[in-house]
Amino acid sequence: MAGNDIFDSYHYSDDMDYELSSPAYGTDSEGEPPSGDPEDEDFYDDDTNNYFTTTNPKDERRFSEVEYQVHGMDDLVRIQKTEADKVGSIFGLSLTHATMMLRSMRWNKDRFLERYTEDPERVQRAAGIADVDPEAARSLAPPVRDYFERFSAPLASAAVDNEGEKADVPDAAPGLPVDPIFIAHDDLSLEAQSKRARTELRADTLCEICFSNEPDTPLYALACGHWFCVVCYHEYLGHKVRDEGLLTRIQCPTAKCPNAVDEPSVEMLVSPRDFQRYQRLLLRSFVDDNDVMRWCPAPDCTYVVECHTPQSALTSTVPTVRCRCGHAFCFGCGGGDHQPCICALAKMWIKKCTDDSETSSWIDVHTKVCVKCRAVIEKNGGCNHMTCRKCGHEFCWVCMGSWVEHGRSYYNCNRYSEKSSQEARQFQTKSRATLKRYLHYYERYHNHELSARLDHQLYLQTEKKMLKLQQASDLSWIEVQFLRDAVDTVVQCRETLKWTYAFAFYLVRNNVTELFEDNQRDLEMATEQLSGLLESNLDPQATPSFRQKVLDKTSYVAARRQVVLEDTARGLSEDRWEFNVSLTD
Amino acid sequence: MAALPKRITKEIERLIKDPVPGIIAEPHEDNLRYFDVVIAGPTQSPFQGGEFKLELFLPEGYPMEPPKVRFLTKIYHPNIDKLGRICLDILKDKWSPALQVRTVLLSIQALLSAPNPDDPLDNNVAQHWKDNEKDAIATATAWTQQYALPASK
Ligand SMILES: [Zn+2]
Ligand SMILES: [Zn+2]
Ligand SMILES: [Zn+2]
Ligand SMILES: [Zn+2]
Ligand SMILES: [Zn+2]
Ligand SMILES: [Zn+2]
Repeated sequence: MAGNDIFDSYHYSDDMDYELSSPAYGTDSEGEPPSGDPEDEDFYDDDTNNYFTTTNPKDERRFSEVEYQVHGMDDLVRIQKTEADKVGSIFGLSLTHATMMLRSMRWNKDRFLERYTEDPERVQRAAGIADVDPEAARSLAPPVRDYFERFSAPLASAAVDNEGEKADVPDAAPGLPVDPIFIAHDDLSLEAQSKRARTELRADTLCEICFSNEPDTPLYALACGHWFCVVCYHEYLGHKVRDEGLLTRIQCPTAKCPNAVDEPSVEMLVSPRDFQRYQRLLLRSFVDDNDVMRWCPAPDCTYVVECHTPQSALTSTVPTVRCRCGHAFCFGCGGGDHQPCICALAKMWIKKCTDDSETSSWIDVHTKVCVKCRAVIEKNGGCNHMTCRKCGHEFCWVCMGSWVEHGRSYYNCNRYSEKSSQEARQFQTKSRATLKRYLHYYERYHNHELSARLDHQLYLQTEKKMLKLQQASDLSWIEVQFLRDAVDTVVQCRETLKWTYAFAFYLVRNNVTELFEDNQRDLEMATEQLSGLLESNLDPQATPSFRQKVLDKTSYVAARRQVVLEDTARGLSEDRWEFNVSLTD
Repeated sequence: MAALPKRITKEIERLIKDPVPGIIAEPHEDNLRYFDVVIAGPTQSPFQGGEFKLELFLPEGYPMEPPKVRFLTKIYHPNIDKLGRICLDILKDKWSPALQVRTVLLSIQALLSAPNPDDPLDNNVAQHWKDNEKDAIATATAWTQQYALPASK
């Protein structure tokens, strides 16, 4: 398969020193973005949609990234052909037959090799192949091809498609005579003649579908010798291709005949548009059957991602991929991007949140009461730094604590205080404490989800701000894009933060989780700061400094995100984390 | 209504000229795609002596799509449900345009002779058939007497 060479030659060295998770970096909570440092360029290049997103300048492997390729339809056709060619050349099979057999084995090459070596005829039969290769047969009788080339144009252009449009086939040259074709059989033995797919004019045979035998309509038969006129074949195949969503193989029209119509026959007998549709269906099953391929789940996206992370590696890797369309998703489970949480935990968490939604529904996430003046405050932006409109009290939306504490080095919002949980245990039952612990993480998870949703409103505001900026300053449209990039970064970071809380819920607290929590806190704080900056009012006088501030903050926030992802991923690969649930059920 | 395809005309001609023993299939005069069908219960089966009425309709997509067939007479059979719908592979995924009304009706007749409780449409009846075939056949016979006798038309 394409790309294998690259996989093979790629080095996985575990002894490399990953600078991002060095303690100096990990605990630097007050630090401003180390702007101007050329090393940091590595952080920001992960959004290029090129084949191998992991090739960073130093050619070092990041723990938080996996290798993958994005394929378009044309690539898939090529890959499919390469696969079939490979097995075909081993056994001397035609491309058509190798493809049919591989398809019936769900593209599992190993299984095919094993079974075919054991009992080739059985594999052939299971694939619906009669014992003579249609390609070879047709090449023995070139007049058939000739006939179809002349024949298909008037037939296809006369056929009206399902959508009521004419099939898009160039009209036959006017005046071109459509001669009846008589095939020279002399060079074939009688037995061979009876065993090949062929088109003939047969005066003595009635088409069993239309009950007719028009003098100039040829009949067609697969090697099984079931004859149908080409007009009925055309209709039959077209109907199958258009109406049967998931078909991978079309049987001979005779009831319960085991033979399948091969691809070249389909191509010959249907309109080009239907053939295209047929090929698309085949590609769909090719991808669906293939363990190393997944369709991009974004609506209307037709790209396919190929990734060789095996299912067995999903407890130590989160194979997050980004499609060429921009959509990021998890290759392991097909769900949304849930980095740094591994698939099993993400699944458990989502289930828990759904199951417990009743219990936790009392958390009113949309409104809170100001602790000072009792005014009801509604959250209307992504920022968690709230200012009461009535009394001006500044507090944190998540913990309701005074914001003053958050702005300093003492930031206690992201971790569940063991002390207060001990106190809770003194007063309440154990189950209550468990619920409280869950709610602690759930609130933070849910809050980032909610904020990310509100941040989408920020996109609209940002659009306006960008226009305003452009008019008020001498910045070009390209130069004001920094605002949009900043919003993108905030949304992405909230997605990551969300999942850090799900991850933390299942984490057994010990000395190695300290660093994780520190990194999480740093990312959270930086994200809130950037989010707040974006919501602040624009001072046209201070545009250049504002722009620089946003640019710096965006870089810094993105870097913090990388730190979190890299540290958790590295921890997974080193088996550093201890979970409070079993991952194997 | 669009002109009737030659194939359907020919099928009707042949059904009338050369009917299948034990089966009557007559198209409506005002809609030649709609058939009234009567199948005689096969001998040696619990349906013996009964006359089972069915309706058969040839949809626009026929013969690329299968005909739609339904029992109108109540029948106790593991492959036929309360609404008269029939579980028969050739009426679904095994349909082939080379099959005809004639072959479909023959298959239904054969289904009456040989019920297949392993591929049930009505689970209760099928279970009955599997647990106590003798008792199930007795019920089927009783139903035939009650609902399918020519006199009870
Ligand atoms: Zn025909
Ligand atoms: Zn056949
Ligand atoms: Zn996509
Ligand atoms: Zn996943
Ligand atoms: Zn207040
Ligand atoms: Zn807080």
